[in-house]
Amino acid sequence: MSLRLRQHSVLPGFGLTLGITLLYLALIVLIPLSGVAIKTFELTWQDFVANLTSPRVIASFRITFVVAGLAALINAIFGLTTAWVLERYAFPGKRIIDAFVDLPFALPTAVAGIALTAIYAPNGLIGKHLDAIGIKAAYSPLGILIALTFIGLPFVVRTVQPVIADLDAEIEEAAASLGATRFHTFRRVLLPALWPALLTGVALSFARALGEYGSVVFISGNMPMKTEIVPLLIVTKLEQYDYAGATALALVMLGASFILLLVINVLQWWARQRHA
Amino acid sequence: MNLSLTSFARRVTLLVLALALGLSAPAAAQRATLLNVSYDPTREFYRDFNAAFSAVWKEKTGVTVDIKQSHGGAAKQARSVIDGLEADVVTLALAYDIDEIAARTKLMPADWQSRLPHNSSPYTSTIVFLVRKGNPKAIRDWDDLVRPDVQIITPNPKTSGGARWNYLAAWAYSLKKDLGDLSKLNDPAAKAEVDAAQARARDFVTRIFRNVPVLDSGARGSTTTFVQRGIGDVFISWENEAFLAIEELGPDKFELVVPSLSILAEPPVTLIDGNARKHGTVEIAQAYLEYLYSPTGQRLAAKHFYRPVSPEHADPEDIERFVKTELVTIEQVFGGWQKAQADHFNDGGLFDQIYVPSR
Repeated sequence: MSLRLRQHSVLPGFGLTLGITLLYLALIVLIPLSGVAIKTFELTWQDFVANLTSPRVIASFRITFVVAGLAALINAIFGLTTAWVLERYAFPGKRIIDAFVDLPFALPTAVAGIALTAIYAPNGLIGKHLDAIGIKAAYSPLGILIALTFIGLPFVVRTVQPVIADLDAEIEEAAASLGATRFHTFRRVLLPALWPALLTGVALSFARALGEYGSVVFISGNMPMKTEIVPLLIVTKLEQYDYAGATALALVMLGASFILLLVINVLQWWARQRHA
Repeated sequence: MNLSLTSFARRVTLLVLALALGLSAPAAAQRATLLNVSYDPTREFYRDFNAAFSAVWKEKTGVTVDIKQSHGGAAKQARSVIDGLEADVVTLALAYDIDEIAARTKLMPADWQSRLPHNSSPYTSTIVFLVRKGNPKAIRDWDDLVRPDVQIITPNPKTSGGARWNYLAAWAYSLKKDLGDLSKLNDPAAKAEVDAAQARARDFVTRIFRNVPVLDSGARGSTTTFVQRGIGDVFISWENEAFLAIEELGPDKFELVVPSLSILAEPPVTLIDGNARKHGTVEIAQAYLEYLYSPTGQRLAAKHFYRPVSPEHADPEDIERFVKTELVTIEQVFGGWQKAQADHFNDGGLFDQIYVPSR
């Protein structure tokens, strides 16, 4: 078996690199995450269920998943637009704008949270105008949405960008010359090619948003039942030294993220098959 | 002959080694390191106190003590110690967190709090209100906090040790107002009366928290919300934090209101015996904690807005800043931290029920 695999590789050192990869993944990812599962076993099944079905926990799951999903959708639309503009058009300052896209990656999330809160609070630069027309941005679910959109943006842009760069503009021209409308060209020619990358970007952005803590706690107001996200509840349980309860929530988040990523992968595979 | 020569050589080597060790030993003892794990608002106090202690210890023993400080939310700090941060001493916001360290690590005895005077709390504080300059909403006492036009800022009691004092102070006020005499709490004959008072206290605290628009996870976050974001009419805070906020952010912006009754907040200190033994710092760590009770320690505590347990050692003008008010203790009203935590703050406790949607 290993011999047959080895034949596929032109470069030597397959065994060594595979070994390093597995060890690395085990140390960094698998062992800590299995710790989460093991800690949860301290709970009885009843406690586990009771932990997860209290109204406050359910409310926080709802707000976390719904808002993270909305943020990913917003990023799908505007991230795609941004990637398109950055790849297809030349304009002054393009390099700088391109670099801006990565800022949410690099900025400590607490800094992002404080900065966004300062701007969107009722006395902030944008917040005061929103407040004047009766929209509460910071300290509401909208605030969470703003923070999650912010941190998820680069995932969509950076995954879609190289695919757009590879697309031949001539195909669009061909479509146009064959009489396709602009919308038709976008839907039937561009979107199928972009679909897998876009899905990946959205999935990453969504998964990132599910786990985000640092920026959200500043802007959300943290009101139980209203703007309390699951990661905050996990921290709350830790503050009460309820390690097992905290890991129970963590395990559900982990499972949900894993299933979502799996679904997205299947969708991608399906999209590729259909496209090919 | 041959044998005795080798044994002689061995003896010489041992002698040389012993001499070398003997010479280097005092040199090594010239320095010692102490790790004090504390909570957030003690930063400025311990900076001064550590300098004072180091100077005194150096003079007394010739040893230079290098005191490392760690600050953060109290429960987070306690958890670090439980998870293996080797603190020699901890100086935290409430006894409950230190109880958890004792119970989970067995590094010190469970009765740690009785080892030093005044429940191991060399300085105390209380819960007060910070309001905007001129007190536009005329907030004088706890009763004003349930008014529907008042917005209150406090951190979440579940994530902030300090906020637990806020919550309990409000509860104690309501009980005292109803019962008149808090000793009824322990009187079986007054049970019906006490139960009614407890129910009203629960309603009172619920109404207070209905007026809270933002629940930050820690005290410093709440300060930002109140001060920088301009949200809320009153900020329930530790007295020392409120003084610090006024000092740092300007007396022209905020003023302090002391309610008619508040809670005696006792931030305790203790030696973590197991760690100090391991580091060989028991003697220094013990002296360090005892120095908190000395005239210098007391004076510095008062300077940094903590109420000293021996006010006679503090500067009179520092003491004058503290408004006299009735202070009750956790033991008196809630039967100690373990019980208060279990009744009020654990999952499904009274605090959680405030936020259970009304059916």
